[in-house]
Amino acid sequence: MTTTQLPDERGYFGAFGGRFVPETLVPAFDELSAAYAKAKSDPAFWHEFHSMARVYIGRPTPLYEAPRLSAHLGGATILLKREDLAHTGAHKINNALGQGLLALRMGKKRVVAETGAGQHGVATAAVCARLGLQCIVYMGEIDVQRQSLNVFRMRLMGAEVRPVASGSKTLKDAINEAFRDWITNVRDTYYLLGSVVGGHPYPAMVRDFQSVIGQETREQALSEYKRLPDYIVACVGGGSNAMGIFYPFIGDSSVKLIGVEAAGKGLETGQHAASLVGGRPGVLHGARSYLLQDEAGQIKETHSISAGLDYPGVGPEHSYLKEIGRVQYVAINDTQALDGFKMLSVMEGIIPALESSHAIYHAAQLARTLEKDKLVVINLSGRGDKDMHIVAEALGVKL
Amino acid sequence: MSTRQAGAQSRIAQAFEGHKALIAYLTVGYPKLETCLELVPRLEEWGVDMVELGIPFSDPLADGSTIQEASFHALQNGITPQKCLETTGKLRRKVSIPLLFMGYYNPILNYGLEAFCHTSEMAGVDGFVVPDLTPDEGAELEAATQRHRLDLIYLLAPNSSDSRIKLVADHSRGFIYLVSLTGVTGARQQLAAGLEDFVVRVRAKTDLPLAIGFGISGPEQAKRAAAVADGVIVGSRLIQLIKEDSSYGKVKEFITRLRQAIG
Repeated sequence: MTTTQLPDERGYFGAFGGRFVPETLVPAFDELSAAYAKAKSDPAFWHEFHSMARVYIGRPTPLYEAPRLSAHLGGATILLKREDLAHTGAHKINNALGQGLLALRMGKKRVVAETGAGQHGVATAAVCARLGLQCIVYMGEIDVQRQSLNVFRMRLMGAEVRPVASGSKTLKDAINEAFRDWITNVRDTYYLLGSVVGGHPYPAMVRDFQSVIGQETREQALSEYKRLPDYIVACVGGGSNAMGIFYPFIGDSSVKLIGVEAAGKGLETGQHAASLVGGRPGVLHGARSYLLQDEAGQIKETHSISAGLDYPGVGPEHSYLKEIGRVQYVAINDTQALDGFKMLSVMEGIIPALESSHAIYHAAQLARTLEKDKLVVINLSGRGDKDMHIVAEALGVKL
Repeated sequence: MSTRQAGAQSRIAQAFEGHKALIAYLTVGYPKLETCLELVPRLEEWGVDMVELGIPFSDPLADGSTIQEASFHALQNGITPQKCLETTGKLRRKVSIPLLFMGYYNPILNYGLEAFCHTSEMAGVDGFVVPDLTPDEGAELEAATQRHRLDLIYLLAPNSSDSRIKLVADHSRGFIYLVSLTGVTGARQQLAAGLEDFVVRVRAKTDLPLAIGFGISGPEQAKRAAAVADGVIVGSRLIQLIKEDSSYGKVKEFITRLRQAIG
């Protein structure tokens, strides 16, 4: 089986993935798998997805050549895949749209979702408003406080935001609570999971919806530069933007793929969110994958300046791609990410999300070492408006 | 006796013989590490037939607020799978009823399936319930538990299809854990309406004992559950009562009434 045909019928990417869920959810996962398999092979479904992607999300997003940044670095040519220009400000909307359309097909009128920073919650709220679906978003109490603007955006679009007070009160607890809601309301509810994590079929399905990013990048590179990029760099929390841009290039061995995790305050401090670089395999939220866990198998609390990377697990396909060596995974700390953030803002007049800033920093370091004719694509997964107060605080600026 | 003879019926299966089994759930280390050591012998004395010892996990996604909170506090008390094994080893010298572990998969996987089963057998554990493991992913743990004469108990829910019932019936050992409702653990006022139909559907496919859990909080519900099944499991309500009354007076009253109700 070639890499691009994975997962297998049990949802495995090599030793990673699967479906570790309570029995109560098995019928729901089976129903979802069947519905997605049917939709996936239905051209009408993809026609609807792509036409709404065009007029509602604003796709295709540009592949933008960053001239001043490239010149400043004095090495390779940097290209930005502008997911920050997608509706609601990040790549999350691609998956929310795909799954929203699927929920509609399945006749589910009630959608639940989890959110960390709020980007997936906002995207889901938008799609549910557009499709006329009831939307309930679970969000950790700490995230509700630090991302109050996104909470307000979700509520404006008609979503109900439910703060989660259990555990670490952040993203992983919001996922737990969304699962509990789904277990309880399993017959009429659709769980719109926001990343390439969870039990089968979520990792493959979310990847498929996000791979519109990589397909466009491929077409744009071929049309503009008559060749494929040499490097693609993307940040990895759960890993959906990275899977989305990597996937259509997995079979192209000339294209080097680099996933950038959050090293937080430094890998050596233990306060980070780099599951692949600093963790080991285990089972969380329905899949076997790399995890940050203590010696007793309890899931650790994570830290990153970027809330969207602040998650102790990672999609199982990334674990597999690490294991087979197809993708290189590195980790960039908070300070470096802030440098990347400032660099892009000053050089190109584009304020990136803190998540994407991890990829920017690493790509910048890499580009310096390369010849001018090399093409380095950065997946600019989101815009930075949501991060203004966090950056201001980190820079010691009072707003 | 810490292990049973090969070929003999398991201690778990024996607990269902001749009468309806009353099964109690406790989270190890809640509210204190000693609670289990104090309480399990008394539960046996008051008529409990089997005890599930909950191994706390940081992310208990099948549990409602009561057991979430108990797990959280138990972890803060420093409880690990190793401490659960040690506690069970001590309990095994005090009680003769079957002792089960109820715990999520990751801490067990992290311990090492073979090592965990081996140490469990040595400690006198009789079986496991793993709420986020189904037969689809259970082959490795099934093999390891069988090597160490432990029962691996799978769960079924009211929305389980006939093919799922068949699968679980083929793989579960000791008994089958029937989740009374589509939902997480937690005390509730009423049992689900379709409970009897659900039990009848499962009964038609297996001779294994059937025990009903999730949501049972009083004698009336227990009686109704015991009328159709072979055993009744109580957890969240018990934990609430332990919290309310550290002298265990309320627990004794609750267990005594349940025992009378289910016969």
